[in-house]
Amino acid sequence: MNSILEVRGVTKRFGGLVAVSDVSFSLAEGEILGLIGPNGAGKTTLFNIVNGVYKADQGTITFSGRDITGHSPDKVVHLGVARTHQIVKPLNDLTLLDNVTVGACFGREYLDLKAARAAAAEVLQQVGLGNRAHMMARSLTIAGKKRLEVARALAAQPKLLLLDEVLAGLNPTEIALMIELVRKIRDSGVSVFMIEHLMQAIMSLSDRIVVLNLGRKLAEGRPDEVVHNPDVVEAYLGFPDIVDKLTRTD
Amino acid sequence: MILRRPFFWLVLLASALFVFIPLRSNNVLLREDLILVAVAIILASNLNLMIGYTGYVNFGNIIFFGLGGYVGLYLATVRGWNLMLAAVVAGVAVSLFALLFGLAILRLRGAYFALATIGVLEAVQAFVSNFNPWGRATGMYVSFSAYQPLGGAMRALWITYYLIIAVMALSLILSLAIKNSKFGLGLFAIREDEDAAVVLGVNATVYKAIIYSVSAFLPAIAGTLMFYKNGMIDPSIAFELTLSIEAIVMLMLGGQGTVMGAALGGGLYETLRSYLLTSPKLSSFHLVIAGGLLLLVVLFAPGGLIGWLYRLAPRARKVIE
Ligand SMILES: Nc1ncnc2c1ncn2[C@@H]1O[C@H](COP(=O)(O)OP(=O)(O)OP(=O)(O)O)[C@@H](O)[C@H]1O
Ligand SMILES: [Mg+2]
Repeated sequence: MNSILEVRGVTKRFGGLVAVSDVSFSLAEGEILGLIGPNGAGKTTLFNIVNGVYKADQGTITFSGRDITGHSPDKVVHLGVARTHQIVKPLNDLTLLDNVTVGACFGREYLDLKAARAAAAEVLQQVGLGNRAHMMARSLTIAGKKRLEVARALAAQPKLLLLDEVLAGLNPTEIALMIELVRKIRDSGVSVFMIEHLMQAIMSLSDRIVVLNLGRKLAEGRPDEVVHNPDVVEAYLGFPDIVDKLTRTD
Repeated sequence: MILRRPFFWLVLLASALFVFIPLRSNNVLLREDLILVAVAIILASNLNLMIGYTGYVNFGNIIFFGLGGYVGLYLATVRGWNLMLAAVVAGVAVSLFALLFGLAILRLRGAYFALATIGVLEAVQAFVSNFNPWGRATGMYVSFSAYQPLGGAMRALWITYYLIIAVMALSLILSLAIKNSKFGLGLFAIREDEDAAVVLGVNATVYKAIIYSVSAFLPAIAGTLMFYKNGMIDPSIAFELTLSIEAIVMLMLGGQGTVMGAALGGGLYETLRSYLLTSPKLSSFHLVIAGGLLLLVVLFAPGGLIGWLYRLAPRARKVIE
């Protein structure tokens, strides 16, 4: 299979702290790749490097065969990599429709305003916010804001979608809906790279999983392989029920 | 299409009234009042492009007006250019200047940007005060004969008045057009959350520099016209920090981020200011009152008059832009 994303030897330091340390992996086209690891493992930092928010101190990022190391985020999204934020960043005083229209206007297709509005309305339907299109983003609940993040990223019509903890803070019904949405996105031909703390969800969604700990890649493989990896089990020590959690698939 | 917006026609109607009312009654005093109102609206609505649309507070906004005055007056009087050509060239020159400065200082955000704009204002004033071709601290005068090409001073005053009203109409239409464009949406995204905007694909660096430059164009043209009409310019009146701040008060009062708010705020504030300045008891207090007004607005109606109206009647958003 062709890989759509290649991360090679990426390191990122913040002062003395090495947040990401010599990490390499690749993501195949059409795949859902999970990224897990304890708090502070460097997952979000890795996303920030892939989409250009941070510059890596070392290493390269290749997307669709093209070196995008050090590209600014706006360039990266034009090329087809969109993302959501773990700490949501709604454009508060704009309507949901305008929020998503921004994604459509400045995303991969660079649509004009009219086409972008139409596309945005469709995406809002898709994530279940269609009936709130004219509300201000600030008035959404946290679950709504997470969905808005997904909608904006989707509106960019990406080839690769980076999802940073889109399930956190949602109730079980919302989680089920979101999981279904992620599957649909993948089935429509978009590759997905997702960070998630909810183990059952990530285990059942991902084709493969990368595990980070203290900035290093600890393991990589199919969900069942990763779960039985002794290094992974050890990294999660202190969470006594973790093996149990990891192995329960539903 | 902008032609389908009711607000577009409202702007044209209001501008037509500005033209015809003083003309019909040949009322020169009214014309002089209205010209100040028009300049206030021009300054407020172009400042709105930065503050209201993009979220960057420009304390140095008055330099566009002042520099436009200098460049235009120099071309029109010393060089003997046609007034309109001089004004447009002044607009282009000041916009280019703003583009260069914008690329340099717009990397700063929030309070740091605001401080840098004050620095730019001071630097420009210091430069012009020492610039020989522009008369250093004494400035430049428009000799009586310079009004001849327009058919004498009396006619020249009317002509500059019409031109300023035209610039006012253009300012409002520009604001309206940007508000309803993809470019405008990108600016709004920057205002709401610049990091998010960039992640969504907005090239914030370029957008900010362009809007900073665009916001300089019409005020610079208005500067040429206004100082030509007044017959003189010097650094202290061309680059007065107080005027910059008053433009911010106008915008906040009317409602930043809306076209109507800038117009309303400019009109109301200027009317109030003229009243205060001509009242013997209150003339020395007008800045105190402006400051108090700003405080009240920021504390109790951060969206200004239009924001308040939007809250009372959310549907108003559709008509009053
Ligand atoms: N901008 C920054 N400046 C300094 N340190 C940072 C910065 N961003 C992240 N860090 C640090 O880098 C480390 C990795 O953070 P990161 O946010 O990538 O973790 P994470 O795996 O996403 O954690 P979580 O599961 O809590 O979201 C942490 O120690 C964090 O404090
Ligand atoms: Mg994180």
